[in-house]
Amino acid sequence: MSLPARIVTLLVAFLAVAAGVAFLCVHYLLASPPTVDYSAGVAANTGATVHVVMQEDPQNTVSSHPDWVSYFIQDPKTGAWVHTTLFSVPAGSKIDMTILGYDGCTPLRNNLWSGVTGTTGGVAFENGKPFTVLNSWSGCNVGHTFSIPAVDLNVPMGSPSLTATLCGTSPCTTNNPHETMTFSFMTPRKPGTYFWQCRIPCGGGFIDGFGGPMQTFGFMTGNMEVVS
Amino acid sequence: MAASPIEAGHAAGRAEPNHGLRIFLLWLPVAVAADLVIWIVWAPHLPPGSMSDTAHSQQWSIQFMAVLAAPVMAFVLIFAAYALIVWRHREGDDEDGPPIHGHARIQATWITVSAVIVLCLAAFGSYELAGTGFAGAGAGEGPSAIWTPTGGTPLQIQVIGQQWRFTYRYPQFGGFETTALMLPVNQPVQFNVTSLDVIHSFWAYQLGVKADANPGVNNIAFTTAKHTGKFIVRCAELCGLWHGAMTNYGNVVSMTAFRAWAAKTRVQLAAVTAALPPYATVYDPTVIPQINKAVAKSGITGANGYYYPPNDPVQP
Repeated sequence: MSLPARIVTLLVAFLAVAAGVAFLCVHYLLASPPTVDYSAGVAANTGATVHVVMQEDPQNTVSSHPDWVSYFIQDPKTGAWVHTTLFSVPAGSKIDMTILGYDGCTPLRNNLWSGVTGTTGGVAFENGKPFTVLNSWSGCNVGHTFSIPAVDLNVPMGSPSLTATLCGTSPCTTNNPHETMTFSFMTPRKPGTYFWQCRIPCGGGFIDGFGGPMQTFGFMTGNMEVVS
Repeated sequence: MAASPIEAGHAAGRAEPNHGLRIFLLWLPVAVAADLVIWIVWAPHLPPGSMSDTAHSQQWSIQFMAVLAAPVMAFVLIFAAYALIVWRHREGDDEDGPPIHGHARIQATWITVSAVIVLCLAAFGSYELAGTGFAGAGAGEGPSAIWTPTGGTPLQIQVIGQQWRFTYRYPQFGGFETTALMLPVNQPVQFNVTSLDVIHSFWAYQLGVKADANPGVNNIAFTTAKHTGKFIVRCAELCGLWHGAMTNYGNVVSMTAFRAWAAKTRVQLAAVTAALPPYATVYDPTVIPQINKAVAKSGITGANGYYYPPNDPVQP
């Protein structure tokens, strides 16, 4: 093989490897679930009300981890359920949150998180009934929590009756047994990324129940993007 | 062939200058200046500050050791620079250096000075750590503290690490647990640090306190805050996805403000406190009766405590 041919071959091989590495980085490391936009058309820092709707399921049959518990977020424009845990809301606005709880119960490791904090009035509602504490140890009636540490928000999510047959296909529909959890809170006036998480050890098969879906975007943790 | 100037100098038996004196005269002002700069200018800004007795003690230790180390470092640098300049290779000098057979006085001096410095540092460190009236290390001492502060019964604050937040329990105020860390000024505090899941590390930077939070272990650390104000708390042990966000601010307030806060918080959190297990130095979620009772109700099957060890892929 001539020298120019060898040089060209070497360059092509090098570029192929570089392209492969770049693809891996982009595809696996930088890949992220979509962000559901709840901020469009709402002015920031006006106290405007934004209605965010989510659901938590016992599984995620639309993902490559069908046995992982998962949150879904409803697209406000289409009403479709999106497999993501990222959503954006306007700064300084009132969020009316509705979370449909389809998953069964698991007790908290720390029952402190049975208490409601950070909501308007320090209260949340389960099927319209107000509560300030949903004791996850008294009756195994809590499926997950929705917690944003940076704003001290924590709300335990009620779970369907112990005898109910849980939804088996995601996203679940309101025909399946569920609890409707509602609460309100104010978003910070300062734009930024505020992570949220579940505090129930629901990562089945992982140490302390805190691996897998608990540490993966699109399942039991995500970001609330506060935009100005 | 004509002899080089160096050869000519050697041949003439030129007297060597007193290098030791020269180096000493160069070193002395540099060492004194360095120590003065450290003592007067740098010391007040050394980490972690002086918000607590432990922090101040650490700052003083760093200051003291820096003052000891600076002359040593200055000597090494000056000696190296002197050697590079004075004993550098000169053009035309192909002669071998003189054979070295050792110098008992220099070696004895070197070993003695090094030994004295190291022993002084060891004695100083030990005295600072354990001496009466000092502040301890600010580090976790394990469940049986080897050093305890003087000056009355410490305020007990339990630090509970969990993915991904520290919570704080106050057993002397009804055992309420909160996400806010509040402590009174000029009051010895005993942090009882533990974890509910993986290993975390409680690092109250400005207080000079850092203690590992291990599951099943009560790691005790002491401090006494000397100034009011905010301090930052970070997790110093990589503990999962949101380790970097496992941070919050603590507050040192007056004793009056602390008592008012504790009384108010105790009432506010009464309903949640009732749902907590009795105060204990450690919590093993796998054997807390209420958890196992709830799990039994749910019909979840799995290993002890139903919290899914790595080899037990049981789903709820």
